[in-house]
Amino acid sequence: MRDIKTIISKVCPSATFEEGDTLLVTVPEKEWHKFAENLKNNPELGFDVLSAVVGVDWKDSIGVIYYLTSTTHAWDMISVKVVAEDRENPMIHTVSDLWKVANFQEREVYDFYGIKFINHPDMRRFFLRNDWVGHPLRKDYDANPDLNPIRMTDEINEDDTVSYVENEKGEVKAVPGKVFGEDDYVVNIGPQHPSTHGVMRFRASIDGEMVKKVDVVSGYIHRGIEKLCEGLMYPQTLHYTDRMDYMSAHQNRHCLCMCIEKALGLEVPERALYIRTIMDELMRISSHLLSFGCTAMDLGATTAFFYGFRERERVLDIFEKTCGARMSLNYNVIGGVMADIHPDFVKDVHAFLDIMPASLKEYHKVFSGNVIAQNRLKKVGYLSKEDAINYCITGPSGRGSNWSNDCRKKHPYALYDQVEFNEVLEDGCDSFSRYMVRMREIEESCKIIAQLIDKIPEGDIRNPKTPKLIKLPAGRWYQQVEASRGTFGVYIESDGGKNPYRMHFQSPCFNLVGVMDLCCRGYMIADLITIGAALDFVIPDIDR
Amino acid sequence: MGVNIKSMKREDFKDNEYIDKLVEELNATGANVAVGKLDELINWGRANSLWPLCFGTSCCAIEFMCLGAARYDMARFGFEVARNSPRQADYIMVQGTIVHRMAPALRRLYEQLAEPKYVIACGACAVSGGPFVKSYCVVNGVDRILPVDVYIPGCPPRPEAMFYGLMQLQRKIKVQKFFGGANRKEKIQDFFAEHPEEKGKL
Repeated sequence: MRDIKTIISKVCPSATFEEGDTLLVTVPEKEWHKFAENLKNNPELGFDVLSAVVGVDWKDSIGVIYYLTSTTHAWDMISVKVVAEDRENPMIHTVSDLWKVANFQEREVYDFYGIKFINHPDMRRFFLRNDWVGHPLRKDYDANPDLNPIRMTDEINEDDTVSYVENEKGEVKAVPGKVFGEDDYVVNIGPQHPSTHGVMRFRASIDGEMVKKVDVVSGYIHRGIEKLCEGLMYPQTLHYTDRMDYMSAHQNRHCLCMCIEKALGLEVPERALYIRTIMDELMRISSHLLSFGCTAMDLGATTAFFYGFRERERVLDIFEKTCGARMSLNYNVIGGVMADIHPDFVKDVHAFLDIMPASLKEYHKVFSGNVIAQNRLKKVGYLSKEDAINYCITGPSGRGSNWSNDCRKKHPYALYDQVEFNEVLEDGCDSFSRYMVRMREIEESCKIIAQLIDKIPEGDIRNPKTPKLIKLPAGRWYQQVEASRGTFGVYIESDGGKNPYRMHFQSPCFNLVGVMDLCCRGYMIADLITIGAALDFVIPDIDR
Repeated sequence: MGVNIKSMKREDFKDNEYIDKLVEELNATGANVAVGKLDELINWGRANSLWPLCFGTSCCAIEFMCLGAARYDMARFGFEVARNSPRQADYIMVQGTIVHRMAPALRRLYEQLAEPKYVIACGACAVSGGPFVKSYCVVNGVDRILPVDVYIPGCPPRPEAMFYGLMQLQRKIKVQKFFGGANRKEKIQDFFAEHPEEKGKL
């Protein structure tokens, strides 16, 4: 394989390189869009997955770091740094025309940093109210609460949007636009709606019963976790990960711990790795059970919900005995796990594994085979493999479109390279495939746990060399794990201090909600609910 | 005179003094026998058929779902008819963080509830902002925008804790007077007078 640097230098001679956790390519803003086109479309490069878009304020400059991977080539992940020329009125060319996932990602960066993306079709804020003053993640943000009091009035001009269009001469002009046309009939769903899985708001324009366009209005549970992390020490930041996607609490926390351990060069004891892997899979089972119950309930099958929760309670019992909590488990810590497993742990897990196959059969009998469920889920919410890659739809939803993206297989971490399991793929590309991937993943998770549970070695549960005061060396790291709903990523930038300079969480659900518009178009308004249920997003994970 | 509810013994509550004091205050002026009995009948009915509004923003909502599922089964106490429309519900149980963008929507939902209406702040975020108290866009406790009746601490509270909170609400309802005396409605108006909608800063 040829060296990636030579290819990139040929394509973009002004690019500079910096080795690190991932190869960092810095390109001038003027050449960024052309370079991005090359990265994606050049057959030698083929970086077709935009994994993360991270805005960073370096005080003297402001810019964005893009993390890219490839499905066709065996490249390692690379990162591209683009710095805006003017810090006060920062502008960067959009790449949302190349990678559709960048559409929402760039709106997030605009919301946090005020970086305007040139030629982006819809440059609105994503999380904060449209009358918010300032951009909170900028280091010079004025946090005076008088500027942004709790406004009890509705937001006005919600339909207004703006696009910064560049003409041939290179001049950028703001072009105002509207989200919906004059004659569109717009139905508002949420933020308080029982089937949006939290406080998500969709505005759908419809033609009769057919959905024409879905506008996602997010931010009803945006808690500013990334900003809060910048003011905390590393061990303190851990507890937020449990409260983002609370159905992937273990995996998310595992990811952040792994990222910090990678930066510190800290080994995790064998016993802790076993416990972490088993806990991750138990969490995945509990998450998929909840997803099963909620999908069923969204279709009106209340009984199936009770079945799903019956088994989920047993997983929670196992968690409670070892971690001391049912949710928000706070179990992984830097260098290992918080407490040793409960003496009953192995026995309880075996008991759970024994009942699970029969329960799964029951679920399929009660719900999967039901004619109503089949009619509502099959051939609904079509998402092709190309779109899944372009929108970076990872996890069970992406695997339902036959895209093999399982992080546990691609970049094995913890003990996933030592266990045998199959990556579950379905090629239906519809809601039913996504649902079936989840059900089959429960079986695979049981298989992984069964291989590990009897072999947990004796030893430390936490590396005794873990420093008391954790200070990361200056640098940047990116770590991914397979959470219940897809690839979860953590970006840490450190300036050598005891607080992170910048911490970014790349949540899978953020991308999932990005395809709602694409998936719902042309289907009935009632299908919007089932499509959302099958994509299975958790709103606090989107909003963070 | 104590306040008794069917599902939990008096001695299992930890704050009986407070409720005794409340009863004493209410009885200080004396109650008409007929009105008093009618009051009790109404309160008995209301306390035993509390319908919640489905309102969950984050983790606490999942624990509330567990409350509805088979193991904890809140149907035993008359809480199970979770309504999706505020017009059919008796109380809002605020489960999860309330952020600036959500605040006006929550206030509107509260206004849409039919009287008598109650608010439970469930979980650390709803009580005080919880772990997100220093955030730039989190409302530090729903009592800044709504009059709260019962606080349930925890992150998230266990289902048992939620039951405890709900039963506290039952007791509170049982000592209310709807004919004269302590009419809740005035208090809500007072609250809104102190927290007007147009006022910039709360």
